[in-house]
Amino acid sequence: MNPLDTIKGTIIAGFVLAVVLTYVIKALAGV
Amino acid sequence: MDINLFVIDRWFHVLAGITWIGLLYYFNFVQAPAMNQAAADKEGPGGAGISKYVAPLALVWFRWAALATWVTGAILLHMKGWLLGAFALGFAGASGVQVVTIGVGAWLGTFMLFNVWVLIWPNQKKILGMVPATDEEKAKGKRIAFLASRSNTLMSIPMLLCMVGSVHGLAF
Repeated sequence: MNPLDTIKGTIIAGFVLAVVLTYVIKALAGV
Repeated sequence: MDINLFVIDRWFHVLAGITWIGLLYYFNFVQAPAMNQAAADKEGPGGAGISKYVAPLALVWFRWAALATWVTGAILLHMKGWLLGAFALGFAGASGVQVVTIGVGAWLGTFMLFNVWVLIWPNQKKILGMVPATDEEKAKGKRIAFLASRSNTLMSIPMLLCMVGSVHGLAF
């Protein structure tokens, strides 16, 4: 199932990506 | 009176960004579900008026606001001396958590701008009958535009976190 097919799935995936990218940013910046 | 071009550019960046993302949320949270309801309601007035009068005008503001947001954002990064560092994610030019954070946001915004001008707008022209297209091309274009629009809604969540977080700190 594609999360983009529902608004709920899209928003949840957006928050998950925000958490993942936060850790990626911290790793890249070395903090 | 001193004129602070950096603040003026940031002001226009925020105004354009609100116009862009506001219309993106309108398309995703209001227009698309309402058009599905209109299509399913056989006794209702249908969505032809939205397709003919509302969607084309909303798309004008949407795509030009997207471009204005990206350009004013790039100017901001340039004025701050962060343009290279942001897009290189700190591996070249300026570095540090603020630069990497705005860099990730800038990349997300760039992907979103690409989706608007390369995937959403050309396919919306087919869907709305602004350019000739077969029913098969319209159906395919509708799915591509839908997925690109939903992808932008998804990416807008971390993008806005990065835009705010670069100055005010990340949320986690």
